Amino acid sequence: MGDTPHRSADAGTGGTRVTEGHPWPAGASAHVAESPVSTGTPGGPGLGGGGALPTARRFGAERAFRGLTFAAGSFVLVVIAAIAVFLIAKAVPALRANTVNFWTYEGWSPNDPEPKFGIGALAFGTVLSSALALLMAVPVALGIALYLSHYAPRRLGTSLGFLIDLLAAVPSVVFGLWGRDYFSGPVGNLSIWLNEYFGWIPLFGGDGPYGASILLGALVLAIMVLPIITSLSREVFLQTPTANEEAALALGATRWEMIRTAVLPYGRPGIIAAVMLGLGRALGETIALAMTLGITFNISFNLIENGGNTIAANIANTFGEANETGRGALIASGLVLFAITLIVNITARAIIYRRREFTESAA
Amino acid sequence: MTTTLTSHRSRPPAQPPTLRARRLPKWLPPAIALGALLVAAAIVYGAGIGGPVLVVVVGALLYLAGLFAAAHAVEGRRSARNRTWSALIHSAFVLAVLPLASVVWTLFSKGLGRFDANFFLTSMNNIGARDPEGGAYHAIIGTLIQVGIAALITIPIGILCAIYIVEYGRGRFAFAIRFFVDVMTGIPSIVSGLFVLAFWVLVVSPYFSSTGRPGFSGFAAALALSVLMLPTVVRSTEEMLRLVPAPLREGAYALGVPKWKTILRVVLPTALPGIVTGVMLSIARAAGETAPVLLVAGGGAAINFNPFENNQSSLALFVYQQAGDASRYAPARAWTAALTLVALVLVLTIAAKLLARRNRLGR
Amino acid sequence: MAKRIDATNVTAYYGAFKAIENINITVEPKTVTALIGPSGCGKSTFLRSINRMHEVLPAARVEGSLTIDGQDIYDRDVDVTAVRRMIGMVFQRPNPFPTMSIYENVVAGLRLNGVRKKSLLDEAAEKALRSANLWDEVKDRLGKPGAGLSGGQQQRLCIARTIAVEPQVVLMDEPCSALDPISTLAIEDLMFQLKDKFTIIIVTHNMQQAARVSDRTAFFSIEKTGDPGRLIEYDNTQRIFSNPSQKKTEDYITGRFG
Repeated sequence: MGDTPHRSADAGTGGTRVTEGHPWPAGASAHVAESPVSTGTPGGPGLGGGGALPTARRFGAERAFRGLTFAAGSFVLVVIAAIAVFLIAKAVPALRANTVNFWTYEGWSPNDPEPKFGIGALAFGTVLSSALALLMAVPVALGIALYLSHYAPRRLGTSLGFLIDLLAAVPSVVFGLWGRDYFSGPVGNLSIWLNEYFGWIPLFGGDGPYGASILLGALVLAIMVLPIITSLSREVFLQTPTANEEAALALGATRWEMIRTAVLPYGRPGIIAAVMLGLGRALGETIALAMTLGITFNISFNLIENGGNTIAANIANTFGEANETGRGALIASGLVLFAITLIVNITARAIIYRRREFTESAA
Repeated sequence: MTTTLTSHRSRPPAQPPTLRARRLPKWLPPAIALGALLVAAAIVYGAGIGGPVLVVVVGALLYLAGLFAAAHAVEGRRSARNRTWSALIHSAFVLAVLPLASVVWTLFSKGLGRFDANFFLTSMNNIGARDPEGGAYHAIIGTLIQVGIAALITIPIGILCAIYIVEYGRGRFAFAIRFFVDVMTGIPSIVSGLFVLAFWVLVVSPYFSSTGRPGFSGFAAALALSVLMLPTVVRSTEEMLRLVPAPLREGAYALGVPKWKTILRVVLPTALPGIVTGVMLSIARAAGETAPVLLVAGGGAAINFNPFENNQSSLALFVYQQAGDASRYAPARAWTAALTLVALVLVLTIAAKLLARRNRLGR
Repeated sequence: MAKRIDATNVTAYYGAFKAIENINITVEPKTVTALIGPSGCGKSTFLRSINRMHEVLPAARVEGSLTIDGQDIYDRDVDVTAVRRMIGMVFQRPNPFPTMSIYENVVAGLRLNGVRKKSLLDEAAEKALRSANLWDEVKDRLGKPGAGLSGGQQQRLCIARTIAVEPQVVLMDEPCSALDPISTLAIEDLMFQLKDKFTIIIVTHNMQQAARVSDRTAFFSIEKTGDPGRLIEYDNTQRIFSNPSQKKTEDYITGRFG
């Protein structure tokens, strides 16, 4: 889905290009005939001489409006630059004050007289919980999207699709609350069961207590991003050209073979975009994880014991007691989170872009 | 050519000799399902390794395996694959519906508990741990004020920025703006909160506050929310502007209408329903954000109508804080606030979707 | 290879709407049969019901009997995919799979049928492309996207894709309506050659085309909008275009109606 704007964008440039040739339409061309000076820089000194002409004021409005939109456009760049500048400015003093290695130290006590804090465990927890969540959510989400677009009766598919769209809008704090109050019980039981029978796998080892674990956090994340990924990929699947689906069926394909030859390849860039959006949401998710994780500061692959932490959850949890260095440390961790999401984002765009070039040169 | 057509008789014929194919009898898949459940129950209870949930899980796996084997034996590999994938896609749907339905069900059953006048007309001021009363009036006020200010800031800038990208911008600069708008889409909400903390709360706010010291405020939260809303507004507006048909613009130019007037009088009104949809969706998302409000507005128990001075709460933050509260009345308040928040967000979302459906430009 | 199609009292619906009614027609093997008639008269619907593509649309169904060499296409025990493999179809607009190369497009049907061996696929691809008169134009760029070809080439690619699975019957639904005259000519030549191997049924709006390529012609028509389409006349092409037995046919052929 994320690629459609680009596509329409590319198609749309034709529209703007048409206007490019004559930025000052009929009125202006009459004006040109009267005083050729103004064909140069609009509003330049030459215009002053023709100031008496009625068109000059329109000219001013055009320039003003254009300037206004330009300012708004530049504002985006200013904001991005400001984010980088202010975060770095606040992070650096704290990083200077840090008495241990920021990348490897497993712990977070920046408020001590000798500040000690490290990002390693937090970054690890962030990536682990998001990866797990995506691992669980993506196959299910694609399954539902296919069900809604190609298996369910059309009317049912449309109304369920609408419901899924609504669920995608439910704030994460609600999922967090549900995960903490109602889902931790079943997940705790599952963890005990996993530990009993699969305890020999390090992922499910440990002596408990179980429940407020990476597993719970990842499951809540998965349930949270599920509607988002489903809603986007369903839209992509629905956009598959009927001609291609019929071509596959006419070759004697079964329904699944039709999906594999026509629907999935066509939707691939959109699926990648949807998954990456889900990953972005999962990586940056704060509150749902702050409410469900058991908060520890070590790197461990154990999924079921109480524990786990992420950069964002840590910020929400420790922000209240933070002093100046503490805030700086949290801002530094936020920078790392920003960098991680940025890398994910750019990678996704690169993949989509490459894919699109193949299909677009084809189209 | 005819020689090439007839020279390769030796290869396996792609054509089946007959159209008839052996079919699985209609009663067989349910029979396999029943058998799978019975076998699963026998295994699970026989070995004493779990309860009914495990029976269903093992039963489902056995059913898939049995279905594949039976279909493979009777109908062949392609049909077996088709049937198995179909079963998998249907079960993905069931698997996802369970937790999502649980979230919705809990939300209503728990949320209606405190859905009374007291909840909507009182704040948490002077409410102790033993008081069952207390409400979210202050939080609702906070949400409305913060989201309102954020919308006031974002909508003009976002729309102007989109106009620049679509109508005026070209070359590297416009591309850079588009790129960074994409980057902004990926900013986690907590990072935007940290940015406003570092920029507004810590650096700028001391100049404005009466005490001369850094302070939390609803306005800071609004700033953080508008950083999150801006890219959504820009992208959706951009998309809608590109959908406006070129002949419409050309018609206006041909009448001698200047470009800025064409944009304001012709292009924007045509795209308006789509733009409003995008704006409403971004507002709905902002209203559900917790993390930025936690970082820069600080929360609080009292009613505060002034966004520029002192702490302010919001519905999402209220949910989070009540969920973390030790009082035994807090969870009920948290759930009711969650229900209120979801209702608010869904009303906005549904209205936006209905509007989008009536949109003449469509997609 | 080629087989004979018998339609007896075929009636097709879209939901409650009856699109065609009581069509009776026999198509001989190794002939080209043209279906002509005004827009909305149900010729495409009839064509799509021959390989059971009609039922792909929601709420669409077919009554009556359609057989291929005596086997009932709509029998309960019949495998739909086998029907469609036996009766291939070329669509109005060229529809190569956009994500596949030329080569992959041609062998898509064979791959579906479980042919994995590279040599077999190569051989079949070359053979199908040669049969579709496309080989010389694309043999150096088989790995390029199929959608990068011109419209006429794309349509011949789709024909190659269809005949690569060696069907008995090839259905063509206005295959030239989206093409320029030169590409149209190339496809018409191709139909002439394919007739040696396949039974071809073609829907066309272009009467000259029907007269040029077909052996027999069926004329479909409707009374008024909303009525089901009916078969008015079915005869040798020459006779239909020179001396039709029905007044309606003559009116349509001479351009007095439709």
